[in-house]
Amino acid sequence: MTTMSPTAPPTPRAPAAPPGRGGKVLRRTPQAWLFLAPFALIYLAFMVGPMIWMFVASFFNTSTVRSGLGSFAGFDNYLEMFARDDFWSSLWHTLQFTLYTVPPLVVLSFVLAVLTNRMSRGQWFFRLAFFLPFILPSATISLIWVFIFTPANGLWSLPATLLGMDPGAGILSDPSTAMIGIAIATVWWTIGFNFVLYLAGLQEIPRELYEAAAVDGASPWQQIRRVTIPLLSRTTGLVILLQIIASLKIFDQVYLMTSGGPGIATQVSLGLITNTAFTDNRVGAASAASVLLFLIILVIALLQQVVSRIGSKREEAS
Amino acid sequence: MSNRPPRSAPMRPAASAGISRRRLLGAGALAAAALPLAGCSSPLGAGLLGTELNPETLVYWNLFGGGDGVRMQDMQDGYRELFGPRSLQATTLAWGNPYYSKLTLATVGNQPPDVAVAHLTRAKPLWNGGLLDPITEEDLAGVGLTTEDFNAQAWATQRTDDQNIAIPLDTHPFTLFYNREVCEQAGLLDSDGLLVDLTGMDVFEAALKEISAVTGGTAITVANVAETSTPWRFFWTLYNQLEGATPFLSDDGATISVDEEKFLEVTGKIQEWVEQGWLNSALDYATSQTEMFTGNAGFYLQGEWEIATAQSIDGLDFGMASIPQLFDKPAVQADSHTFILPRKERSPQQRQQAMEFIKAMLDQSMIWAEGGHIPAYLTTAESEEYLALEPQRHYADSADHAVYDDPAWYGGSGSTFEDTVGAQLGLVQQGALTPEQSLAAIRNQLAIYTSTPSPL
Repeated sequence: MTTMSPTAPPTPRAPAAPPGRGGKVLRRTPQAWLFLAPFALIYLAFMVGPMIWMFVASFFNTSTVRSGLGSFAGFDNYLEMFARDDFWSSLWHTLQFTLYTVPPLVVLSFVLAVLTNRMSRGQWFFRLAFFLPFILPSATISLIWVFIFTPANGLWSLPATLLGMDPGAGILSDPSTAMIGIAIATVWWTIGFNFVLYLAGLQEIPRELYEAAAVDGASPWQQIRRVTIPLLSRTTGLVILLQIIASLKIFDQVYLMTSGGPGIATQVSLGLITNTAFTDNRVGAASAASVLLFLIILVIALLQQVVSRIGSKREEAS
Repeated sequence: MSNRPPRSAPMRPAASAGISRRRLLGAGALAAAALPLAGCSSPLGAGLLGTELNPETLVYWNLFGGGDGVRMQDMQDGYRELFGPRSLQATTLAWGNPYYSKLTLATVGNQPPDVAVAHLTRAKPLWNGGLLDPITEEDLAGVGLTTEDFNAQAWATQRTDDQNIAIPLDTHPFTLFYNREVCEQAGLLDSDGLLVDLTGMDVFEAALKEISAVTGGTAITVANVAETSTPWRFFWTLYNQLEGATPFLSDDGATISVDEEKFLEVTGKIQEWVEQGWLNSALDYATSQTEMFTGNAGFYLQGEWEIATAQSIDGLDFGMASIPQLFDKPAVQADSHTFILPRKERSPQQRQQAMEFIKAMLDQSMIWAEGGHIPAYLTTAESEEYLALEPQRHYADSADHAVYDDPAWYGGSGSTFEDTVGAQLGLVQQGALTPEQSLAAIRNQLAIYTSTPSPL
């Protein structure tokens, strides 16, 4: 690390305008509001507004089919969620999914990006191939992977049988493997996004660094470890943060591939919230669960920020 | 809109004669946008203005897949033949909780279908949520229907708060399927090749014993693995055959009022059958059928809709019968498919149109009956054609002893209640829980729902 510090271009503070100047800019250019308005209005109406409503509703017995907030519930909705086994199990499944998907999505996308970056010819093909699944909608992904995991005649059943594995009831029907199946589908689907971020980061690294490293006698593996990985640390931080948040928000694939089954073996937090709000018609209780999930995601995001802050501070100090 | 005078005068005074390029372009864009809106029947215009896509088209939602789906398509075609090819827009959605969620949200959002299908037990929570229009005697009379045209049990069950909330199409009870070859060897068939009368616990258990001797094992199969509705249907049938059986839930789900003694008696009997080796301890839905189809069991209990599956098995000689009365009185768990009118602003013509659609469906009840369901429309149910239908006619009397799930905001077919209670009952049959443990677990797991005020 020590040898790296002079060449590393860490920009610890983004060159954002100091807080004092923002106001002046706004006063000088009221047109800015016009440009902001289309986004800001929609953001207020569909994001901030409902979120405030969610916080308020979580303290009431709000119903989906009745207008108004309903009777005051105090902390009952929260206490109920803390007491519910299926709430805790859904949180665990969400975490389980996050643990299954984040490491492969970060490591694999890095490996694929490094390999692609080394291709001298036909790079476009690999970029396209790895990114293509990402542009498909989740419904398509789910159909594809449900077919692949079909027990008797799915795509996976043939290699599984050749390898001597008993396909049994199928990966998605077994409570112990269903989440793994969903995780595999998700990794295949979303790896393209991280891959592109890494590839962009790789192309930012000046060529001279590798040349200098090669002159110093560094092997390709040493170059990756001593040059590439440290210089991509900011990208990695971003990728990990985005990935954790995306994984905690898991819903589509579970809903479409297993609808939380078998039993509630893959029921995730957002699935539970949806069921509470739109099947049980209990918007109040669902709001309480949403607030709890929101707080958990917030805490994890803050923790990640603190950890990466400490990491970059230590890097500066060295 | 219509009683406002037409706006002929230009909005702006002609003073601003100098038309800038920007204004001209803007006007052109507006005119271009208005063109498709002009015809209100265009999908874009209807979507933007929130008007009906086509006022003459009746929008109808149902939840029928498989064989029922095909028969429903035939019946819809029958309606189109009467009223024109563009008279009906039918949408089939996946059944279960998601269907009722969509129906609820569409109604709350003021965009419901004109007519929808709902299970009778699920129509009740919809009604309590204020999501249904009541159906008046005048509505019925307008298409020549009266209360007496329907199966009394189904009609009485749909009556809520002294209003008609749904028009039943059928009754679909839990039934007994039997393998003729096995029953023949067990000496349980009469001279016509039909199952003999098995009324009474002693007679039924003797029959199970004889079948067990023929198959060398299981006599009767009831699905209980990865399946919650079937154990519930099985339990609810037997429980209600006991004299003085109380409702499982009261006060719209706020109280668990099941009779403990009778609960333990029925679940104890189920475990006793498993210990005797007569009843399977662990089978999933599909395998519970296969066991009977292949002659590994003589009886198989499931809703009559599985008739289509049984008929599709080559070389299977099977029969169907009502579930015999084993305890004090006849009773069988059932539900009904019904037509409901979701809450919306309706003109008298639209009401009439919706009722005519329902009448046209009821008139085609014979097509529906082929799928196993017992018609609730008595004109069909009492017709010679239906009474000659094999094997449907042998369990048609089940409709008169139908027992529906108790009304509760979290209850009904395929609901949270059935999932929770059915899972525990399935475990009792597996021997994983004692009846007492299962009752404690049911009370514990339903506590959230009994202690929460109904959101409806």
